[in-house]
Amino acid sequence: MKRVEGLSKLTGREMYVDDLPVDGCLWGATVRSPAPRGRIREIRFSDTVDWSEFTVVDHRDIPGSNSIFLIEDDQPVLAVDRVRHLHEPVLLLAHPSRESLSRALSAIEIEVDVQPPVLDFRHRPGPDQIQYGNDNVLKHLRIEKGEVESALAESPRVIEGEYETGAQEHVYLETQGMVAWEEDGVITVTGSMQCPYYIVDAFEHALGRSRDAVRIIQAATGGGFGGKEEFPSGIALHAALLSMKAGRPVKLIYDRSEDMQVSTKRHPSRVRHRTGVDHDGRLLVQDIEVILDGGAYVTLSPVVLSRSIIHASGPYACDHVRIDGRAMFTNSPPFGAFRGFGAPQTQFACERHMNRIAEALGIDPVEIRRINLIGNGDSTATGQVIRDGADRVEVMQRALEMSDYRDRVAAHDEFNATDPTRRRGMGLATFFHGAGFTGSGEVFLDSEVHVAGLPDGRIEARTANVEMGQGTLTVFTQLVCDRLGVPAEAVVIAPADTARVPDSGPTVASRTVMVVGGLLEKACDDLRERVGLRRDAEGHALVAAVRRWHDENAGQDLLGRAKYEQPEHVEWDDRTYRGDAYGAYAWGAYVADIEVDLRTFVVHVRDFVAVQEIGRVLHDTLARGQIQGGVVQALGWTLLEECKWRDGAMENSQLTNYIIPSAGDVPPIRVAFLEAPYPHGAGGAKGIGELPFDGVAPAVANAVASALGTDPTFVPITPEKLMDLLVGSAKTAGGAA
Amino acid sequence: MTVFLPRDLDEALDLRAEHPDAKPIAGGTDLGVHWRQQTIAGSGAWLDLTGVPELRASAWTDDELVLGAGATYWDVIRDREIAEQFPLLARAARQVGAVQIQARGTWAGNVVNASPAADGVPVLMAYDAVLELRSRNGSFLVPLSDFYLGYKRMRLDPDQLLTGIRIPRRTYEFEWFEKVGSRSAQAITKVGVAVTRRAAEWRVVANSVAPTVCRCRALESLLVDGLPVSRPSDLAPALASDVSPIDDIRSTAKYRAEVLARLLYWALRDECPSFT
Amino acid sequence: MSGDAVIEIRLTLNGESVVAQVDQGDRLLDFLRYGRGLTGTKEGCGEGECGACTVLLDGLPVNSCLLPAWQANHRVVETVETVPEDELSALLESGATQCGACTPGVVMTGWWVRRNRELADTHALRELMAGNLCRCTGYDGIIEGLEAWLASAASGRPGSEEGA
Repeated sequence: MKRVEGLSKLTGREMYVDDLPVDGCLWGATVRSPAPRGRIREIRFSDTVDWSEFTVVDHRDIPGSNSIFLIEDDQPVLAVDRVRHLHEPVLLLAHPSRESLSRALSAIEIEVDVQPPVLDFRHRPGPDQIQYGNDNVLKHLRIEKGEVESALAESPRVIEGEYETGAQEHVYLETQGMVAWEEDGVITVTGSMQCPYYIVDAFEHALGRSRDAVRIIQAATGGGFGGKEEFPSGIALHAALLSMKAGRPVKLIYDRSEDMQVSTKRHPSRVRHRTGVDHDGRLLVQDIEVILDGGAYVTLSPVVLSRSIIHASGPYACDHVRIDGRAMFTNSPPFGAFRGFGAPQTQFACERHMNRIAEALGIDPVEIRRINLIGNGDSTATGQVIRDGADRVEVMQRALEMSDYRDRVAAHDEFNATDPTRRRGMGLATFFHGAGFTGSGEVFLDSEVHVAGLPDGRIEARTANVEMGQGTLTVFTQLVCDRLGVPAEAVVIAPADTARVPDSGPTVASRTVMVVGGLLEKACDDLRERVGLRRDAEGHALVAAVRRWHDENAGQDLLGRAKYEQPEHVEWDDRTYRGDAYGAYAWGAYVADIEVDLRTFVVHVRDFVAVQEIGRVLHDTLARGQIQGGVVQALGWTLLEECKWRDGAMENSQLTNYIIPSAGDVPPIRVAFLEAPYPHGAGGAKGIGELPFDGVAPAVANAVASALGTDPTFVPITPEKLMDLLVGSAKTAGGAA
Repeated sequence: MTVFLPRDLDEALDLRAEHPDAKPIAGGTDLGVHWRQQTIAGSGAWLDLTGVPELRASAWTDDELVLGAGATYWDVIRDREIAEQFPLLARAARQVGAVQIQARGTWAGNVVNASPAADGVPVLMAYDAVLELRSRNGSFLVPLSDFYLGYKRMRLDPDQLLTGIRIPRRTYEFEWFEKVGSRSAQAITKVGVAVTRRAAEWRVVANSVAPTVCRCRALESLLVDGLPVSRPSDLAPALASDVSPIDDIRSTAKYRAEVLARLLYWALRDECPSFT
Repeated sequence: MSGDAVIEIRLTLNGESVVAQVDQGDRLLDFLRYGRGLTGTKEGCGEGECGACTVLLDGLPVNSCLLPAWQANHRVVETVETVPEDELSALLESGATQCGACTPGVVMTGWWVRRNRELADTHALRELMAGNLCRCTGYDGIIEGLEAWLASAASGRPGSEEGA
């Protein structure tokens, strides 16, 4: 099935929020804190501007609770007297002219009594730096299995390592933006978003409105990657507040610089490993410490931390595991959801560490994985017994075959011995990704979907899950067609408009196809029952039955419904962090073939092989597109994308100096899928969107280590940092390097 | 904000003399960045050169290639003859931005924008390019090697326009250019260098390692004198007197210095008998 | 010369002769999107890096965010709205578009390559597309789609002469 909205996108007809004509619209802008920490002493409006022309909003205009509803109530919609990060929103302005608005922004001065900010998440804060709780720990979680201390004491070898990963900016090609207006007592917002109902929740909380007085409509969304999961709630509130005060529609669109400076980024991390092994390389005990930088408000850090620690010990069997994780407060704009959600960070550390262990023991990196990869019957760090999925060693084998791993290792050794300025290496990573929300998260979401039979016989699927490029519209159409036996022309996917669709949960966590698609299938079944047909009824019979139903029930709605039910065998304890963390895991093995130029220290990726088992492939082009896109985005994180900080916020906030991969920077990404259908996922599918992010950085870093005989323990591996690593070491004295 | 739209060169030169504060703009690949933010301030004046036909044309004479002020990177990339005679021009042009930038960016604009990272300037300077500066009072020729006085300062009077870049037709025994950016295309140079040799005359020109694009004269002397070099660090003393790289948002002084030495060593190792 | 805030320009836009008033401070991108309602051309960065705003100017791909609108005077401008739909099937099938934000720019550069096949003699496709950043596809869907597009039969239009 071709991408349902593909032609619309190729012709430029697809309407993103800034494409929408809005009559009588004002432009909105945000006035932000000039300091990362302090108290607002005074706000001065220059008299060079006629302020009567402007709508000005501050915290006093917030009718409900001045906080952005998420996990905790700590993040204000607009700052009151205290600022906790650079660029924190303080005031909002609206005006008919964008030029006047820009000039007005420079005519407002916010004077702050500054205090020294906390900008390093890795070190314990001093007493005058405490700004959250009594220790700046936004969240602390711990996983324990077995007897770690005694196991360490008894281990023949203990190998330690410390790994760091940097922040990453999403760079969705369409920046953040919202349009808000009020119509018949309903405050309506349309814009770029992943989670319409998150915004409904936020409006109910901050505007004191009942849910039926709020309508949120997702516009075509030009990329999200998590960056439009929680962050849009703030912008939507800002646009709404301006519109309510001005009595006119307001359009609030961020340009690229503002977007990069103020929006969420991937959590930076530092991970320490202390691993006990026997002389054959078998894992006896894993003791892992994870620290994440959460920024100035709690936002989603507890959940990112949760996923990061659950994945921190890798796809391996080990009887004694301790993972201690903390998300730390700093005076940075809050870090947030980004594809992988903590798992890329900790699996980078784990997979680099596995190679470090292999090297210390003189064992081949393939062999150390072969003996440790988790098998059916083994349990994870949280005690979840794995019972299904493709054989993990087979997944790895497939990647090794596809990449000619053995032959190339030998060829690279020869090459490296003779080439004066280049070094090549192969790197392997094996990894996993739990699909859907952790533990009881899906139960908490309580998702619901509808499949409507329309009067003309067409079928309309109604969910709150959005298309943001991953192929939701197409896969949903395909699922409904397959389940009901109707052609694609008979199926329409309703826009994600909260006035029309039920809350099927957010478009995150790689859950859209697996969980929500699964609910669509059940809702299709329910629809068929309601018109009195059996499971095996033909599509045209269904269409006829739907029309007949409407003839007999004029003016009524015909809805098939489904609500989420936890699969019976999933048991999770939030207090002890033990049990079945996820209903299903996808398993991956990636191989990177790289070449380093010893003159410039630039790493060139020659070839990349991505093998994964994802349950079932529902749509080959879409699935491959997700893997290829995820791999390239992760290559950017690994080699090119470095956030440079000033006062805790991003200084290199332009695409000219925050570097994402272009077509010339990456090779073709070679993809293969193994299948092992997951009974509780739509069509047997598991989640796929985030998985690719977990295997790229370690595969590349392992390849670089192999090529150079050095030990990169950080992401991004920029040429400058690689040079520091190499030039400092004895291996490069004299000679070629 | 004022915009001047001259229709011929005389009008352009008159306007240049009468409004020296008006910024000449051609392809706009530097000046056009964040255009709205610049123009919103309201003040500022622009002198559009894209409507002046005399500036567009390039020409060959017996002794020179003359690139018109409106000649773009793409013009050079597509011109077989230029690629044959001056391969470094085509090579540098292909590494500027991407096709959208190459289609608009001009060599002349790159010269007078005077960025220390200017990508067209090193190869022009390595080919001993001479600039034709015109005002309504007359025409002046200035070697590109003498054009820059310091960071963003150059020998261009407020009433002058750069109207042509003259490159002497010569055969070179050795020509080489390399640019190191943060990615393979669409990247501002972190360190770049162009080298030519004609008989015993060397030109070594680096960008992004000093306040201006500059000739590395100490290094040129080292090459002329045939001093022995057996590793990149042997070039460091000469380079230290020629360039002064800095830490900035793109890279570090240490990286730039180290990489420049390595690039040069490996480019010249097989070319120079004194290198081992 | 113009000291006025508004300048009159005459250009050929998508095959049509157009006379229009543009603000001095407008970019060609603003003129297209807000002046003419041609919202197919997108803004991704405003700094000439991402290529989402690519249009053809006198037959060559350029970043319309870097062009003052008054520089389009006497020029030929083509936007994504002029690419015939039946040219797009290869890109549709190959997964060249996901979120769509970079897509019109990709289509325009591809359309230029399609009409100037000799470019393949001197340039690799990945080099020609390096000025169109994409965050979703990882580029394989785009490159494969372009290869198929270029290999497919001409649509019946004479190839245009490439610029300069």
